Amino acid sequence: MLRFIFGRLAVLIPTFIGVSLIAFSFIRLLPGDPVMLMSGERVMSPERHTELMHQLGLDRPMYVQYFDYLGGLVTGDFGSSIVTKRPVLDDFLQLFPATLELALCAIIVAVLLGIPAGVLAAVKRGTWLDQSIMGVALIGYSMPIFWWGLLLIIFFSGYLGWTPVSGRISLMYFFPQVTGFMLIDSLISGQAGAFKSAVTYLILPTIVLATIPLAVIARQTRSAMLEVLGEDYVRTARAKGLSPFRVIGVHALRNAMIPVITTIGLQVGVLLAGAILTETIFSWPGIGKWMVDSVFKRDYAVVQGGLMLIAAVIMIVNLVVDLLYGWINPRIRH
Amino acid sequence: MSTVQNTAETKTVGSPPSGLSEFWFYFSRNKGAVIGLFVFLIILFVAVFAPFVAPHNPSAQNRELLLMPTIFQEGGSWGHILGTDAVGRDILSRLIYGARFSLFIGLVVVTLSVVSGVLIGLVAGYFRGKVDTFIMRIMDIILAFPSLLLALVLVAVLGPGLVNAMIAISLVNQPHFVRLTRAAVMTEKSKDYVVGSKVAGAGTMRLMFLTILPNCLAPLIVQATLAFSAAILDAAALGFLGMGAQPPTPEWGTMLAEAREFIQRAWWVVTFPGLAILITVLAINLMGDGLRDALDPKLKRS
Repeated sequence: MLRFIFGRLAVLIPTFIGVSLIAFSFIRLLPGDPVMLMSGERVMSPERHTELMHQLGLDRPMYVQYFDYLGGLVTGDFGSSIVTKRPVLDDFLQLFPATLELALCAIIVAVLLGIPAGVLAAVKRGTWLDQSIMGVALIGYSMPIFWWGLLLIIFFSGYLGWTPVSGRISLMYFFPQVTGFMLIDSLISGQAGAFKSAVTYLILPTIVLATIPLAVIARQTRSAMLEVLGEDYVRTARAKGLSPFRVIGVHALRNAMIPVITTIGLQVGVLLAGAILTETIFSWPGIGKWMVDSVFKRDYAVVQGGLMLIAAVIMIVNLVVDLLYGWINPRIRH
Repeated sequence: MSTVQNTAETKTVGSPPSGLSEFWFYFSRNKGAVIGLFVFLIILFVAVFAPFVAPHNPSAQNRELLLMPTIFQEGGSWGHILGTDAVGRDILSRLIYGARFSLFIGLVVVTLSVVSGVLIGLVAGYFRGKVDTFIMRIMDIILAFPSLLLALVLVAVLGPGLVNAMIAISLVNQPHFVRLTRAAVMTEKSKDYVVGSKVAGAGTMRLMFLTILPNCLAPLIVQATLAFSAAILDAAALGFLGMGAQPPTPEWGTMLAEAREFIQRAWWVVTFPGLAILITVLAINLMGDGLRDALDPKLKRS
């Protein structure tokens, strides 16, 4: 197992270096140099320009700058925003819990609905139930989620007036952010109605973000179950006279879960990409909206640092999924 | 005598089905796939003959009919079946012209990512060794970013617009084809028929492109269909974020972005462009499922 973990870590290092190279060269692909980007519309004398370039260390050879940048990354320095001058890492850490809360709620919804739906479709294979579940799943899989979010806003916020349109919690409530998760913080604060308010704000974004993972998990569970249900040991379990519930729930589902867990792990990238759209629609103050806003504000230092941090999160999650997978299924360790 | 009998027998059994008719046999067993194909052909027809099908010019503004409702509501008219948008353009005509953009985007992205992905994957899977490791590391790096975020940032660097959006989406789509081709080439390469033609003196190029590649096509065709619909979705998402096609282009995602501020007043301006995206993507995905059933020998037996 240790060998397996180190093997995976060794592969991660070149990928991390490659990602940092992309993030580093990205800013240099833009027309002009960082100093000109910072000065914006203002006119700058050539002397001041040279001085600033020297101050920022931009007149050094490219490889020196890159190693300097890499050294910064390793010590947790991801640069500072051109607009607000705040360190990128601080902003990221402040906004990330909002995205994480939304993503976790979405993946929980997707798993809790997707796996039973897929199992049901597989067990009732070929019936109208199977066909309707798979039909709905394919629609979910094909959904432009930015439009789906707008439709839900039109219906639930506009027509029925049940849910708010944007934000994380009603402005009436104010309490210290202990964990950064609005659901937990509102409970800790003990304010009446705060938790309910947080839930109403969270519900539509969760549905929107869960749509595609839900559809993918349901489809994957169905095909994995179908494969397992045809195996000899399932036939043996049935022949032994075990209840259908036990055969499906214990013998079949457990073995069908292995590919499903991989699929769930692969949804992390999908969730973060979906968060960009979902957070933009619902003005959810997370890293997706932060990245889009930074792209529009031309705050390339934030875009650069954010790219690096998001890629790091994905790499770490993929590593954890890989390790979990090796732990569940010892065969792939070798 | 016996030869005569044999020919008679084969005649009654019939000649083996051609590849195409065998394919159609499996494809048409999936009803959803046939419906998807039918809907896709209608969209294709509408897109190709847009100038003849559309009732109005997609960019003609009618100042007297701003945000006119659809035919199904009060105040609608047959002149503008799906109503008009905020500057009085006919929504149906814009959707019809929009089909051209979406199908064109899908086609260009799939062509670019398939051609580059297959070439790179073929090289990696055929030569293995250091070349393979190097290529796969680069693909890992591209896959370490959420695809939409990478496309968004690339477009921000290259400058917003349809062409740059297509290049960015092709780039983030391409690693899937590299991986798939490489895996298929690796399984095929050790098979007897490849070794046989190598022994017979076939050169590297011939082995790669004429011997191995045609036998790796099935999964690639299925993946290409999925990439086609994913490209349409991604391009619409970039348009929606303001980084894809720029207004007044009647691209569906861009239309949605323009319509966002009217969601409380005029639901039809928002509903129909999204519905067009959903129907197109759904039709292509239905076809993709049918193609997989027809082309994947593993599923054929079940």
